[in-house]
Amino acid sequence: MAPYESEDSQSQGTGRRKAVRYAVPVAVVGVAAATIGLVPALADSGDPDLPKVTAQELIEKIATSDTEQLSGTVKIHTDLGLPSLGGAAVGGFTGGGGGGEKGDGSSADPRTKLTELATGEHTLRVAADGPDRQKLSVLDDAAEYSVIHNGADVWAYDSASNEAYHAKDTRAAGDRAGKKTPEQLPATPKQLTDEILKASADTTSITVDGTAQVAGRDAYRLQIKPKQSGSTVGAITVSVDAKTGTPLKFTLTPASGGAAVVDAGFTSVDFGKPAASTFDFKPSKGTKVTEADELRTQDREKAVPQGADQLDGLNVIGEGWTSIAELKLPKEAGGMASGAASGELPADAQKFLSSLGDQVKGDFGTGTVYSTRLVNVLITQDGKAYAGAVTKDALVKAADAG
Amino acid sequence: MSQAEALAAPRVKAVWTLGLLRSELSTTFRRWRTLALLAVLTGVPILIGVAVKIETSDGSTIGGGGPDGGGPAFIAQITNNGLFLVFTSLAATLPFFLPMAVGVIAGDAVAGEANAGTLRYLLVAPAGRTRLLLTKYATTMTFCVVATLVVAVSALVTGAVLFPLGDVVTISGTRIGFAEGLWRAFLIALVVAASLIGIAALGLFVSTLTNSGIAAMATTVGLLITVQILDQIPQLHAVQPYFFSHHWLSFADLMREPVYWDDLTKNLQLQALYAAVFGSAAWARFTAKDITA
Repeated sequence: MAPYESEDSQSQGTGRRKAVRYAVPVAVVGVAAATIGLVPALADSGDPDLPKVTAQELIEKIATSDTEQLSGTVKIHTDLGLPSLGGAAVGGFTGGGGGGEKGDGSSADPRTKLTELATGEHTLRVAADGPDRQKLSVLDDAAEYSVIHNGADVWAYDSASNEAYHAKDTRAAGDRAGKKTPEQLPATPKQLTDEILKASADTTSITVDGTAQVAGRDAYRLQIKPKQSGSTVGAITVSVDAKTGTPLKFTLTPASGGAAVVDAGFTSVDFGKPAASTFDFKPSKGTKVTEADELRTQDREKAVPQGADQLDGLNVIGEGWTSIAELKLPKEAGGMASGAASGELPADAQKFLSSLGDQVKGDFGTGTVYSTRLVNVLITQDGKAYAGAVTKDALVKAADAG
Repeated sequence: MSQAEALAAPRVKAVWTLGLLRSELSTTFRRWRTLALLAVLTGVPILIGVAVKIETSDGSTIGGGGPDGGGPAFIAQITNNGLFLVFTSLAATLPFFLPMAVGVIAGDAVAGEANAGTLRYLLVAPAGRTRLLLTKYATTMTFCVVATLVVAVSALVTGAVLFPLGDVVTISGTRIGFAEGLWRAFLIALVVAASLIGIAALGLFVSTLTNSGIAAMATTVGLLITVQILDQIPQLHAVQPYFFSHHWLSFADLMREPVYWDDLTKNLQLQALYAAVFGSAAWARFTAKDITA
């Protein structure tokens, strides 16, 4: 004890010195927090100064863009505001709204992967070298899903399950699967823009909304806004690379405000030629390969009870942004979704289904509206469905008229 | 003591530190506890390898082959290439076995000595508390590397015995040679070892807080489990990127072609941050602490 007592006179000083030591970890935390907070702010050096262009010139720039070689990383964030039921619900909704087709049989089948991309955040890698060689990879945790188009072959490889899907790129097959296999995916932003311009004319305002930095490159922001009221689309912004005219970022904000529904853009991009080995794919011995031909036969058998085949009588009401698709549903599906009593469905499931939507009444009778942040679907009791990127009221009006 | 230190030449100091490190290392690695932990880690790849071999011996695929077939990452590729057993084993041991072992060693580092009453004898040697702490941390980090390499080597041997070896198909679908694959496996082992820096620093800090070795180990492993659970709760996504375990599985990005560096860099930065924060906190605590045991 003696040594401690003799230090009594100094104890205040040492106490302070001890306390000072704890300032070191606190300072480290402070510096780290400041770095995390400030670096993105400092790195954001403001919008670049670029010569002014008109919307027309910018669109031409996109149209004449001859980017054939690029590689980069794309981040896609989708927030449709769907009830989070995972893939099943998404599949169901896209099936009803857009007439999507689902096929199981191989996890490497591109079509099964597409529904996954409809929600949440994903990191993609794209590489393209001319019209014959493209690759698109979806980066998962410790796994990757790649679709590779190399000359006459289209391969899809799922590293998580070690399964591959193979199709021949003949034109006949291309027509059918073309929109879904990523053959044209690297060009998708471009197509999307074209599509939008075509449908525009007097329904849409297109302006150049300043400049931005995307993936470290200077870009113009092309803003597209619907003129019609009743649309749920607020604005679409396409950032176009100032040098090459390649669209680098696509953002769709809803009219209701809030976060973007779709936000897809390059986080890094390189317009050099990608390494040739990128496009080489040869399945190894143990990889389970599904040929596209086999799958198609299987599909036809499986697809009969569900899917778009039974949705006949598709009718488009209105034009431009407020166009509404009207369809006749198969009887059971209509009854089920609109909440009408149908003997086959347990009461709990009924309740669950109607709890997902809102009940509405109109001259057409009663129905249920299923809403997302972008697309609303009205299913009436007599088995008709109205879907569109429009507000609920617009749907009810369309149903009343129909 | 400060006078004695000032008089001593730097070279003598360095020799002292090395000697201290060597004696620490031999003490740590001669403990039955350490050897038992390493034995468990050796067993995991053997277990996985044998299980996969048995399951696929009748030609069936692993876990039914579906996308949600389950099992740790890369498990589907093991039958084609034994090298993948290295990646699978590391993916299987990284979430729990490896950090638990590191937590035991780190938690024991200071508190264990205090518990056994040997800490003050260590401090009698003219090494200084800071250097003793650094030595303890270096020992823990050495254990991280050794433990990871034990898993990797055991997996490589098991994989080579049970499965064919050859060209490696990366998860991007491209092919790399076996030598390149081995090099990537080595890099992955290093990244996995580096992923444990954070928990090692955390364990060392906890270890300076208490005089009970068991309490320090239990706290460290408890923290590990808590953080792993919190990392699964979607509502906490705002803070999750700062959990030391959040980017652990990013080591798999080394198997992409080209390598995807974003998450790997984030992981290493985060581990460095944990080392800086908890390392300095451990220093502040240990150098200011009254050593009574």
